[in-house]
Amino acid sequence: MSESIEFTIESSKRTLFGGKELWRYRELFYFFTWRDIKIKYKQTVLGFLWAVLQPLFMMVIFTLFFGRALNIPSQDLPYPIFVFSGLLLWNMFSTGLTSSANSMVNNSAIIKKIYFPRLIIPTSAILVALFDFFMAFVLFIPLLLFYKQPISFAAWWCWPLAVFVTLMGTLGPGCLLAALNVKYRDFRYVIPFLIQALFFLTPVIYPVTLLKYPLLQYVLVLSPMYAAIELFRLPLVGLADMNTTFLFISFGSGTFLLLIGVLYFKKTEAFFADFA
Amino acid sequence: MKPILEIQSVSKKYRIQHLAGGYLSLRERMKEAFMSKQNVAEDFWALKDVSFEVQAGESIGIIGRNGAGKSTLLKILSKITPPTTGRIVSRGRIASLLEVGTGFHPELTGRENIFFNGSLLGMKRIEIAAKFDEIVDFSGVEKFLDTPLKHYSSGMQLRLAFAVAAFLEPEILIIDEVLAVGDAEFQKKCLGKMEDVSKSGRTILFVSHNMAAVNSLCSSGILLKDGAVQYAGEIKNAIELHINGDARLFVDKAGLRKLSRDLNIESITIETSTIRVFDEFRYSFCLVSKEPNPITGLALLVYSELNERIGIIDLRNNALVSKSSSQKKICIEGSIYDFSLIEGNYKIGLYLSSALYQGEVHDLIMVQVTPPPSEVLPYEKQYRGLVEFKHKFSIC
Repeated sequence: MSESIEFTIESSKRTLFGGKELWRYRELFYFFTWRDIKIKYKQTVLGFLWAVLQPLFMMVIFTLFFGRALNIPSQDLPYPIFVFSGLLLWNMFSTGLTSSANSMVNNSAIIKKIYFPRLIIPTSAILVALFDFFMAFVLFIPLLLFYKQPISFAAWWCWPLAVFVTLMGTLGPGCLLAALNVKYRDFRYVIPFLIQALFFLTPVIYPVTLLKYPLLQYVLVLSPMYAAIELFRLPLVGLADMNTTFLFISFGSGTFLLLIGVLYFKKTEAFFADFA
Repeated sequence: MKPILEIQSVSKKYRIQHLAGGYLSLRERMKEAFMSKQNVAEDFWALKDVSFEVQAGESIGIIGRNGAGKSTLLKILSKITPPTTGRIVSRGRIASLLEVGTGFHPELTGRENIFFNGSLLGMKRIEIAAKFDEIVDFSGVEKFLDTPLKHYSSGMQLRLAFAVAAFLEPEILIIDEVLAVGDAEFQKKCLGKMEDVSKSGRTILFVSHNMAAVNSLCSSGILLKDGAVQYAGEIKNAIELHINGDARLFVDKAGLRKLSRDLNIESITIETSTIRVFDEFRYSFCLVSKEPNPITGLALLVYSELNERIGIIDLRNNALVSKSSSQKKICIEGSIYDFSLIEGNYKIGLYLSSALYQGEVHDLIMVQVTPPPSEVLPYEKQYRGLVEFKHKFSIC
């Protein structure tokens, strides 16, 4: 209250990232996420159970059609485990991307009235997806026990890293789409299509080795989600299976998207209130 | 001591897109993209070179007509949108209440909304928790704390929103049209709270169309007109200039009115274009025609700003009929005593049925009515209907 704060408001003022300010507003991350989680499951009978049921049903469907009927290889894992491990992260990515891309438009009433670092909005949208991930993860453990799946100790660093890579891989495109969506509402219609396409282009329900052409494999691993899902499965399939080149390509592409997304977001954020 | 807020020649430009030919279709877009681009965008300066200083502890009222740039200025001050040129130096934290209840979510309960809204306005979680009981007390909704907001009445929602905002503790508080929310009792509480705030040494920027509220809360005022500062200084002068400045404008417009080729309305005057409720309203005007123009019907029409007809004043009598059939110029003067309409702008029109012209004119002249002095803040206009009753009452 008493400390003297002096600041200026100017047209050209643009901080590169505003980490200090974000830290000052850290509680708002929590509140936005908390609010969105509350709203998401208000007036539903099953509540948080939905976060578990969705990937479960998807797993059953994919197991029946791709695992049994089409006999798609699964890196020597039981197909349900293979597909569930992929879907866990994929769902976090797809719901995170959808809600962060729409987040700025959905919160336009707040944006037009109150100032706070805008980056909080798309980030919180992704944190909601992280919450759903934890809910679904609870089901993953009994599934592993049921199939008596051996797990390498590498899980303690592989899994958190995989989650982190997913978060970052979602934040980049999420920010980019959120910023674009404010100005061009066309993107609202692009997003579902984009996610659908990415789902089949990312090795979620099939291993990347299914493709016989090496060039095509290099294209597929450009998806930031490749690295995340690969890392997540690593403790299950064994570290020997690791393809470091693919992982680094995927990391690189994710980092690139993160930079582009956040920079574009920061560049345009000052004018969100004028367009929203 | 340095001023807490320095606004240094701030300007804000908006681009307005003119959509030629009504709707913009995809086809038009394509055509535009391929053909030479026609300049359809126009620059609009919402603020032009605005400069002023605010001392710590001052309460400043920002007034002006719609579109004068008040909201734009507040948006820039609260960092929602950047200025195009110029800069603002602030030596304290700014919190703004641009419209109370921003961020309220209908699905969340009252309790949850207090926490979310408080955090959005810049309060820490511990701060909110510490002030929680006071906030609830102030809002008077303790019974419904765990009910989703969508089941609240709109009055309850507004009270809750103001209550949260009232417990903010920034050095500079920006308030936009939040006062006069709810019933008289709550209003009084709000005013009291705001006075406390300004007495505690905090600075208030207050934007409102409610002159009574501005007058009682603020010591000095900034009058904005078309994006520029027209006056900065004593609040009384600013309000006076604001009201009378408007009035002058209307009188200028109504010098002469051509009704038809051969018939004019001339020298329409009203004694003063701003009157207080219950004051006498005097008017005069002349009808001038090239040849005598027998009049069969004549009435003044009183319209509200929203073009509702409030009433008419019948001006037919025997003298009118006889004089109009022989003279080229007819002058009428009269007065309405007890102009008992609630404050606002009223349009005075004319109905005329004569040999040369038959019809109605709706906006010959504008008159502004100001509220009577009162010991309480009047209720908001939207609740007060049209008529101000002359009345008395006593508490027994």
